[in-house]
Amino acid sequence: MTVKVSLTVNGKPAAAEVEERTLLVSFIRETLRLTGTHVGCDTAQCGACTIHMDGQAVKSCNILAMQAEGKSITTIEGIASADGTLHPMQEAFRQNHGLQCGFCTPGMVMSAIDMLRHYPHPDEATIRAELDGNLCRCTGYHNIVKAIQAASQASA
Amino acid sequence: MYPFEYQTASSVADAASRLAAHGDAKLLAGGQTMIASMKLRLAQPSHLIDLAGAADMRGIQVSATEVTLGAMSRHAEVARSAAVQKAIPVLAKLAGGIGDRMVRNMGTIGGSVANNDPAADYPAAVLGLNATVRTNKRSIAADDFFLGMYETALAEGEIITSFSFPIPRRGAYMKFKNPASRYALVGVLVAQLADGSVRVAVTGAGPVVFRVPEMEKALTAQFAPEAVAGIKIPADGLNADIHAQADYRAHLITVMAKRAVAAALA
Repeated sequence: MTVKVSLTVNGKPAAAEVEERTLLVSFIRETLRLTGTHVGCDTAQCGACTIHMDGQAVKSCNILAMQAEGKSITTIEGIASADGTLHPMQEAFRQNHGLQCGFCTPGMVMSAIDMLRHYPHPDEATIRAELDGNLCRCTGYHNIVKAIQAASQASA
Repeated sequence: MYPFEYQTASSVADAASRLAAHGDAKLLAGGQTMIASMKLRLAQPSHLIDLAGAADMRGIQVSATEVTLGAMSRHAEVARSAAVQKAIPVLAKLAGGIGDRMVRNMGTIGGSVANNDPAADYPAAVLGLNATVRTNKRSIAADDFFLGMYETALAEGEIITSFSFPIPRRGAYMKFKNPASRYALVGVLVAQLADGSVRVAVTGAGPVVFRVPEMEKALTAQFAPEAVAGIKIPADGLNADIHAQADYRAHLITVMAKRAVAAALA
């Protein structure tokens, strides 16, 4: 059976008929074709599917699309400015080469933006501890941590 | 995931009548365990009743003697509540160490305790702080609530509505966590309650959260890390898996208990 889900995605209304068992990440990737949000482990451990729902970072592989009914979500495609200027966190990842293969990067960036909302000027230990919900299989954490530190200083 | 029908409940009473109407219905709190279980086809409810819209299951209240958490309180809300941090710091800290930041934004205390995963953190808080579990039918003391692996005193159709935690004198929770799942390999909550009695609750080590009377007795006589340092826990009946053998978990109980007492005194 299908049901209608309506929500706001990156500032624009989105609605579709979906199966009730549709995961939010499947809705984002397959229905909306916003494929920047990745599916890594599919078990809510790796964080590649991290998005923001009503301003809070969540793992979209572990949420039903219906749980986002009426909510406002932001994906990696929605954080740069309309003119293409990167979000300061994206720019910091670019400047510091905070990625290797890039698969975990969208989730890292979305998680890091959320992190700075709670810890505006985190030290290295805080960044590493707060990144425990995001895994990088390239183990490229060093430059990811540097990028988040740089972004926190840029917004100081 | 098998197909199901999704419904939303506007209140506890609404959720109860929806549960009663469908024999194989399940409640959806934050979904951080439920959805994973459904993906693995370990759970296959005919109906999923989302509690996110049940306003009477939300809210955090702090009085002079107790902290009351609505069953739908998200881990992040409890962790960040200044009132909880002040009244029962160990409760806020435990909530802030569950899963990771993203999981904490969805997961709820009611969902965690009703599921009663052997390695979940909240059962240690409920048992160690001598909380009362309130449902739509009755109040259940923590000592009577956790019956076995994933098994609780909740009857068919019974819904947890809130938890009352009496404010202790001091307490701390120490968890040795699995770095991938963030579940407790062993977690020990030590609390000295308002009347001076001591509780030691252990999660992750056995099939269900349990108390350690020998440690409680020693800590009641002397609330210091040395009091529990020599108490060895038998490995019989403890969990053994690819992450840790039973004797290792038994060893960790004493280590985590010592650290928890030290942290409670800090």
